[in-house]
Amino acid sequence: VTASPLDAGSEHLLRDLAPQVLGAVIRRFRDFSAAEDAVQEALVAAAVQWPREGLPENPRAWLIQVASRRMTDHLRSEMARRRRETAAAMQVDLLAPAPAVESESDGDDTLILLFMCCHAALTPSSAIALTLRAVGGLTTAEIANAFLVPEATMAQRISRAKQSIKASGVPFSLPTNQERAQRLRSVLHVLYLIFNEGYTSSVGPQLQRLELSHEAIRLTRIVHNLLPDDAEAAGLLALMLLTDARRTARTGPDGELIPLTKQDRTVWDQNEISEGIALLAATLPRGSIGPYQLQAAIAAVHDEAARVEDTDWPQILALYDLLKRMSDNPMVMLNHAIAAAMVHGPSTGLELLDALDADGRLTGHHRLDAVRAHLLEMAGDHQAAIAHYSTAAARTTSLPERNYLITQAARLREGTPTVEP
Amino acid sequence: MKAHKRVRKSKGAEDMKYILMMNGPRNSYDIFGAMPKEDIKAHIAFMRAFSKSLGESGEFVATEGLADPKQAKMVRAGKDGEPITDGVFPEAKEFLAGYWIVDVESPERAYQIAARASAAPGPGGKPINMPIEVRQVLSGPPEEFQ
Repeated sequence: VTASPLDAGSEHLLRDLAPQVLGAVIRRFRDFSAAEDAVQEALVAAAVQWPREGLPENPRAWLIQVASRRMTDHLRSEMARRRRETAAAMQVDLLAPAPAVESESDGDDTLILLFMCCHAALTPSSAIALTLRAVGGLTTAEIANAFLVPEATMAQRISRAKQSIKASGVPFSLPTNQERAQRLRSVLHVLYLIFNEGYTSSVGPQLQRLELSHEAIRLTRIVHNLLPDDAEAAGLLALMLLTDARRTARTGPDGELIPLTKQDRTVWDQNEISEGIALLAATLPRGSIGPYQLQAAIAAVHDEAARVEDTDWPQILALYDLLKRMSDNPMVMLNHAIAAAMVHGPSTGLELLDALDADGRLTGHHRLDAVRAHLLEMAGDHQAAIAHYSTAAARTTSLPERNYLITQAARLREGTPTVEP
Repeated sequence: MKAHKRVRKSKGAEDMKYILMMNGPRNSYDIFGAMPKEDIKAHIAFMRAFSKSLGESGEFVATEGLADPKQAKMVRAGKDGEPITDGVFPEAKEFLAGYWIVDVESPERAYQIAARASAAPGPGGKPINMPIEVRQVLSGPPEEFQ
């Protein structure tokens, strides 16, 4: 089928409607897995028919109707199959839709879907795939493409995710108040993983995959709009915006990695920076500070420095101190060591790295070697720095990062006198 | 691995996929890393342009670079089916550093592409002329005779 593609406005509308339509169809037919398939078919039908026949008067109702028809077809063939198999034709009630319970709003449906798709019963990769499809309205092919795996693999991952949800017996309703905080943490974590996957692609020769980052921002914006009082949802959205603002500056013409200290700050996206900072300014004073807000605050301090030498390192160090107290995460300890080196000198940073060695959780991790190389270089011990840059290069699994680290070692061997912060 | 849509190839032509394997000694990553900075940059730029040109000619199927062989493990199943890993390899052993899979009209074309990869710039920008192992990728079942 060759049809002119949907214009951006309709595409956006379709993706926004996807979770609302799915919520409505699940309410009517009570089968998440089949409803999800039916809504996907309705989205594909819309992408083909809308450009040809024009936008329907009520796009939401159009999608629900098409998806419901697919559900009915599906249930009919399912009944026929059972009849053939068991000769017991007692399932007629399956065809009668449940009375449409519209007690909850579209917004609640979107939240419920997010809670389901990001349920702790799922592995992160399953939760990510299912969230992108059921809530994001992306096709399996698009998701497969974003993760550089064959479509059949992604289809299987999504199907297994749906089976896990079915097996876990999660009801299609908002979590109880006791569960809510924990479940929301899972949702934010999955959105954070989607963003990171797009930002620091873990596979392949390219460092950034834009679509995933933008999809993560779009979904997090939806969560923030539905839960405007949740400080961490706002913090996560701010973190994504303040990080994404640096996207174009992050790679050079040959796809090479450009560290924060070397980036052309004039190309940072000032709109994203302003929006992120405004979000933080509205959120931080409320007092329920969490890790996403702190990471966003750190990103904001970097983004606010017009030149690298203007960076307010004491403030960054103070924020890492807070973050370190809040989360027992060795990566936070590593970043804290860098900030400490920037404020108190490289020897302080190197002492903190020794503590990380003793901690053991980052043993063999390339980031520990890369940071140690960097601090050794600051301290003037170029031979040791070269050795650690090389070890880090051998350990990283990112191609652009490996190239960057190898180039750092080569630069030092040639004695180029550019000690970077 | 990312499969790209083909932009060129006449209908009915034989589907001929080849894998071009870049093999090197265990220390080839160290040798690469020991080159001068400008030579490293030139090599990286060449590899990117090379993969891009394969995409543009409609012959690109997939490419991957592999992590340093120092991290490699040899695994076989023990009696209980559990993995037995072995990570110490003799210095002389050759390792796969990366590969391309191309979809081409003829084996000669695959050899041509391999030769271009072989001539990637090394120290001083001179071609390395590294060996590239070219093997045909097996296809699915043949058409049935009616």
